[in-house]
Amino acid sequence: MPIDPVLKQDLQRKAVQVRKIVLQAVKKAGAGHVGGPLSMVEIALAMYFKILRIDPKNPAWPDRDRYVLSKGHSCVALYAVLALRGFFPLEEVFTYDAIDSRMQGHPDMTKTPGIDMSSGSLGTGASPPLGMALAARRLGKDFHTWVHLGDGEVQEGQVWEMAFIASQYGVDNLTAIVDYNKVQQFGFPKDGNIRRRVNPLVQLPEKWRAFGWHVIECDGHDFDSLIPACEEAQATRGRPTCIIAHTIKGKGVSFMEGDYTWHAKVPNDEELAKALAELDAALPAAAE
Amino acid sequence: MAPMIEMRVAWGETMLELTRTHPNLMVLDGDLGNSTMAQIVAYNAPDFYMNMGIAEQNMMGVAAGMASVGMIPWLSSFACFLANRDLDQLRVTVTQPKLNVKLAGHYSGILTGKTGKTHIDVEDIAILRALPNMTVVAPADAVECRQAAMTLTDMPGPAYLRVTRDATPVIFGQEYRFVLGKVVPLREGRDLTIFGTGVQTVRALEASDLLAKQGISAHVVHVHTLKPIDVAGIVAAAKKTGRVLTTEDHNIIGGLGGAVAEVLGQHHPVPMKIHGLQDCYGESGPNDAILEKYGLTPRHIADAAKALLRAHPVAAAASQAKKAPRARAKPPAKTKPAPPKTVARPGKKGRR
Repeated sequence: MPIDPVLKQDLQRKAVQVRKIVLQAVKKAGAGHVGGPLSMVEIALAMYFKILRIDPKNPAWPDRDRYVLSKGHSCVALYAVLALRGFFPLEEVFTYDAIDSRMQGHPDMTKTPGIDMSSGSLGTGASPPLGMALAARRLGKDFHTWVHLGDGEVQEGQVWEMAFIASQYGVDNLTAIVDYNKVQQFGFPKDGNIRRRVNPLVQLPEKWRAFGWHVIECDGHDFDSLIPACEEAQATRGRPTCIIAHTIKGKGVSFMEGDYTWHAKVPNDEELAKALAELDAALPAAAE
Repeated sequence: MAPMIEMRVAWGETMLELTRTHPNLMVLDGDLGNSTMAQIVAYNAPDFYMNMGIAEQNMMGVAAGMASVGMIPWLSSFACFLANRDLDQLRVTVTQPKLNVKLAGHYSGILTGKTGKTHIDVEDIAILRALPNMTVVAPADAVECRQAAMTLTDMPGPAYLRVTRDATPVIFGQEYRFVLGKVVPLREGRDLTIFGTGVQTVRALEASDLLAKQGISAHVVHVHTLKPIDVAGIVAAAKKTGRVLTTEDHNIIGGLGGAVAEVLGQHHPVPMKIHGLQDCYGESGPNDAILEKYGLTPRHIADAAKALLRAHPVAAAASQAKKAPRARAKPPAKTKPAPPKTVARPGKKGRR
């Protein structure tokens, strides 16, 4: 079911804005990730501007919903979204990777307002959200916990340890979102060389179902598909939900889309100008 | 004879006791509750117990998440798994963000009920001591284990408690008060200082009895807190005698010996010998045979002490410039430990 068109248009404009911030912040830092942040933009926007019960003025509010970016290397996009939501000034995002900055190369809950768990070593962010969900139940709190996983990340065994235990305890205040962009740092399925192929991704919905999860597939760049999926997850009872969000790595910039070499590469001046122009060109379409 | 108590039972009973005063406490079990005695909580306070299955990496992360919401999770598993299997999870989601997660490392040291090399953890102190923000405690007996578990529960931040399996002599009376981060002088002496940690401290006391019979007066100091290490207490104890022996049921690299050497090397260098596992792994076998083969009996400690005195006949400290007089009357001991003994446990040993 389509969402409110005014909200949708606002989120689409913000998506362009976040993508531009990502590229500019990475350019300024001279380091960082690009492809993964661009694939997660709509998911993070849906969370922080529609789904999550949060208070940007009180990031430590005990009853807030939790959101953990387990694919921590993509955090520059999250910083941009948190800044737009009012957790800290937008200028601060451009201190990404700088010494003494709260905008660390990987999420640090001790430094950045709005970050609910430190992450960065893939897989390690998968389990703390289960602990939060179990704690909410134990302490009689009604908050929901979300964990945003990369699809490459689900190669880590810890993700499946978590998946098993979460369904074992019937944890329904926990939702995993898999950012299914189908490309990772070096190996990816379409590569011609068999030794470069890392392909655990087949039958991903079936895998989560087999672990006892309710599974929803959606378009991770379409708010009309994404937001209803999140709402279905919130309403699901008796078991955890996994939203498999089909995404495109490097989304929004033609020469970055689906290209693994843009996993963590800093654009040169020409590339940046071209990318920003493409993103600006997308704005009117979003306003339709 | 001192009573013999299993430290793991003391830990389990202390957890149960703490559930009455700490509503946010949660024991997370790596499916070893009938080995680690987490079952004491599982049967008597089921709301405070969750089996997390044979999935330690997830268990560590779950604990981090619970702590971030204000709970006090105690992880219960074997030391060999907690210090190794989930080390990255511990590092990234517990010690880096300084979350309030407590680890009970059961079956620590070399006496693990004949389970052998995988389960004998000779490196846990070294690994966990190297993690910033971590507190590492190795109690000597059940009394101290109980008090340490209580102290660590009420101390904010990550902590590791090194718990042993088999019954060992109780050396502390009920009047004993555990103070985190402070060494405990157990016996006065003047020829050398013996630092022990964990249950090896009990064997150090027995070694000092053997040495006394040979006219050697050993100052025995228990180091229950390996991190943060008691710099002042260690320097003071080293100054008393000018020669230092450390003994531990752990590798000679990175454990108590390493911690004491780091202190004395920088603050008060004295001749020193590090006694423990000789940079090797363990094996299956009866306790007595293991202690004998790997050189951890009181006799071995006494031999190491004598080797230190032979190699350094003159103590280093200025106050000890003269040759220490021999065959002094032994000062009265605070406690009288029993001879080393282990109690066989009936029934199945812990699985895996």
